[in-house]
Amino acid sequence: MTEQQVAERPTAPVSGDGGSRRSPRRLRGDDSSHARRPGSGFWVKLALVAIVDALGVYGILTAAGVHSWWIVASLALGLVIVNWAYFSRRAVPAKYLVPGLLFLLVYQLFTMGYTAYVAFTNYGDGHNSTKSDAISAISAQNQERVEGSAAYPVTVVLDGGELGFAVVQDGQAEVGTADQPLQPLDGATVEGGKVTAAPGVEILQFAQIAQRSDEVTQLVVQVSDDPADGTLRTQDGTTAYVFSPVLKYDASTDTFTDAKTGETYTPSDHGNFVSADGDVLQPGWRVGVGFENFTALFQDSRVSSLFVQVTLWTFAFAFLSVATTFFLGLFLAMVFNDPRVRGRKIYRSLLILPYAFPAFLSALVWKGMLNTSYGFVNKVLLHGASIDWLGDPWLAKLSVLGVNLWLGFPYMFLICTGALQSIPGDVMESAKLDGAGPFRVFRSITLPLLMVSVAPLLIASFAFNFNNFTLIYMLTGGGPDVVGAPLQIGSTDLLISMVYSVAFESGAARYGLASAVSILIFIAVGLISWLGFRRTRSLEEL
Amino acid sequence: MRRSILSALVVGAASLALAACSSGSGDDSGDGGASSTASSAPQLSGTLTVWVDETRIDSFKPLAKEYQEKTGVTVKLVQKASGDIRADFVKQVPTGQGPDVIIGAHDWTGQFVTNGVVQPIQLGDKKSDFEPVSVSAFTYDGSVYGLPYATENIALVRNNKLASDTPDTFDDLVTQGQGVVAKDSTVKYPVLIQQGAEGDAYHLYPLQTSFGAPVFKQNTDGSYTNEIAMGGDNGHKFAEYLQKLGKEKVLNVDIDGQKAHDAFIKGQSPYMVTGPWYVNDFKKANMDVTVLPVPSAGGEKSLPFVGVQGAFISAKTQNAILANDFVVNFLGSEAVQTELYKSGGRSPALTSALDKVDDPILKQFAAAAGTAPMPSIPEMDSVWQFWGKTEVQIISGKASDPDKAWDTMVSNIQKAIDG
Repeated sequence: MTEQQVAERPTAPVSGDGGSRRSPRRLRGDDSSHARRPGSGFWVKLALVAIVDALGVYGILTAAGVHSWWIVASLALGLVIVNWAYFSRRAVPAKYLVPGLLFLLVYQLFTMGYTAYVAFTNYGDGHNSTKSDAISAISAQNQERVEGSAAYPVTVVLDGGELGFAVVQDGQAEVGTADQPLQPLDGATVEGGKVTAAPGVEILQFAQIAQRSDEVTQLVVQVSDDPADGTLRTQDGTTAYVFSPVLKYDASTDTFTDAKTGETYTPSDHGNFVSADGDVLQPGWRVGVGFENFTALFQDSRVSSLFVQVTLWTFAFAFLSVATTFFLGLFLAMVFNDPRVRGRKIYRSLLILPYAFPAFLSALVWKGMLNTSYGFVNKVLLHGASIDWLGDPWLAKLSVLGVNLWLGFPYMFLICTGALQSIPGDVMESAKLDGAGPFRVFRSITLPLLMVSVAPLLIASFAFNFNNFTLIYMLTGGGPDVVGAPLQIGSTDLLISMVYSVAFESGAARYGLASAVSILIFIAVGLISWLGFRRTRSLEEL
Repeated sequence: MRRSILSALVVGAASLALAACSSGSGDDSGDGGASSTASSAPQLSGTLTVWVDETRIDSFKPLAKEYQEKTGVTVKLVQKASGDIRADFVKQVPTGQGPDVIIGAHDWTGQFVTNGVVQPIQLGDKKSDFEPVSVSAFTYDGSVYGLPYATENIALVRNNKLASDTPDTFDDLVTQGQGVVAKDSTVKYPVLIQQGAEGDAYHLYPLQTSFGAPVFKQNTDGSYTNEIAMGGDNGHKFAEYLQKLGKEKVLNVDIDGQKAHDAFIKGQSPYMVTGPWYVNDFKKANMDVTVLPVPSAGGEKSLPFVGVQGAFISAKTQNAILANDFVVNFLGSEAVQTELYKSGGRSPALTSALDKVDDPILKQFAAAAGTAPMPSIPEMDSVWQFWGKTEVQIISGKASDPDKAWDTMVSNIQKAIDG
């Protein structure tokens, strides 16, 4: 349930620099001897940096091979910084900071930046690539084989250094190139309907054709002087068919024209070719759409009806999850903190067990146990009752909270146990001497002191549960669905799973929308956490 | 299978960065191979990268070797996780890092075409050599985008120990099943059709089509239009029939695929509507089974969805000629289709190979197949969900008015398609 706890543990900076263990002043002292007799640490450092350099150079070479100049530049910069940091004597702090900073850049800042970038585009199904890709895909998809035309066994030839097709039509061998429509080829040898030899042209073997794959598949030879008769094309280098384009691209006007209807399609702001009537050609391409993704969720009439309900439930779920797990964990921690309880260690280890299972696994197991007809809960615990735990809107909400309680209380139990043991015993004793009862001690001494160390973790837990996608997705899938709702949104859907449903399960994938809304959710959670942390500061002043 | 959005983005961004670092795969400029002799026929060389998921890779390993021996072209099989292969292909083809060929299911066609990541395949005169339904499955907007190699569909499987003959209508079948249940105490279900909380429109589709309510209108070439055809009176009749089966407890939402499978193997039902994927388990349990078409419930012929396996060619392949040769001429040959049937256990898509299938059960499954491929429009994911969940709501009685629930479903699906 709570990864953040792990993340908070400070990690020791990794440094391959044995020499830096000495203080800078001392280094300067025996400068000359150090340079002459480098210690073993220096060799370790040299080897490690050499490995990093080798990997970096390999990366630069391969990235340059595929013309990814951004990656070349950032890798080169990274290498320069690493080498400077570890071989300069003045860069002692950098030796500790550089690895962390580089990883921070790659894994945090780049990802955040990329998410923000995607949020402002219409990236998703139908807008997957660049405009030139879209143009070539539309052209390729809209070639129609001329009805009733034959399949030509084709010979790929070099005619005066230019690629061409040689075919046999009505017993007559003919040859043509990109600029030259089919014309008779005299003196050609024809075997099995295929030109096998001809004077003046070089016949390409299959292996040669395969090497010039791109040129051959893109070669278009007109059947006759009249372009309307269609063009010969081949996909496999052995058979050609006569095609006529349904849609034709004109680079000068940047439009597609339908050959039959004459309808023109012009590029729109949203990355599609659109006709005057509003017909849209697929695929489109990626373009920036400004803040559209951020407002789309609120403008979609299908979403707005469910939005309030889902938001309320998200807050209720996050708050109740924290509250229930905290109080159960605290209660158990106090019980097992009492020295009169025997076998405390065994109990404590057993109680931590749910925390040791992966949450998604537990959620799946619970899903099975809560099945109406076959689940363990109904069949064994309730002697064959048929309670629809996950099918009834309110029971499903209750089940989700219950399962999350089971998953989450060990964490709270752990941190409360730790915090309780750090409360000084003399404070308790003096409270008792002053005549305070157990409840009074709890309310006025234990809880406030506990809150000082635990409150920040409760806020973190709230933020985590606010986005607890795994539990909802695995346990109920957001269900049970609101009957007749226009989207796949159910009574246990949180904001994050609702976004998943809208962006990925309602037809086409919409990465732009998903990025934008996850940024909005981040802002909401960040704001709540910030307010929460400000409040906890007042606790510390106790 | 599905991850949270944020982590998906992280992975996506990281994989973009990594993809740019890895060396180009599709790009190959072999230099004609052996030139030691003065022979005018240089050897073929080059590499074809083929993506295939873990469920199919074992069938393709020997084929890759065979093609290499035959032509000299190296076929590099890359195993991708079945949950990711489709999305990864859509994401990576535009970067130029995708494969030349991807092996997959026909219902990916719509998404691939709207994203412009696959190119049309010219089957030419070979088209008529394939089972018509397998070609129409890969047809989208008039062009064929994949070469089919295997088909599969569901049908009615009968446990011959519990029933020896099968009536012509589904109502009579239910009555017969209920008779068996009454007589034999180990038998609990008249017929098993798997459902589950999310519903399973796929396994109910034979019953639905028998009411004349196919999901979309079909073109003359067998491919689908975007026009929903399951609304109206025929749809209502089917919805009402579902409610009736739910009330009679013939259909039970709690019986999912695994439970139906286990119950049938334990002999708890004379009939199960399922596909060839469970047949090996039935054989292992020494069951004597016969496969039949699902009897009609509404008067018309029942048509199960046909799923087709095939190969797509990337729109950005650098080796279009070799890719076409491998896909159309090699995978489309009778010998290879037969080999794939033997290793994969699915009916071949090539008619001449299908005629030579000797497994009686597989033959019976093929005989029950109709002319209805699964639709492949990109919005199909959401169609399945609305469809399945509405059926569940009708069966479980949560939607008390089946006609109204069905109409709402149709209008919701229409909205999802319109975007």
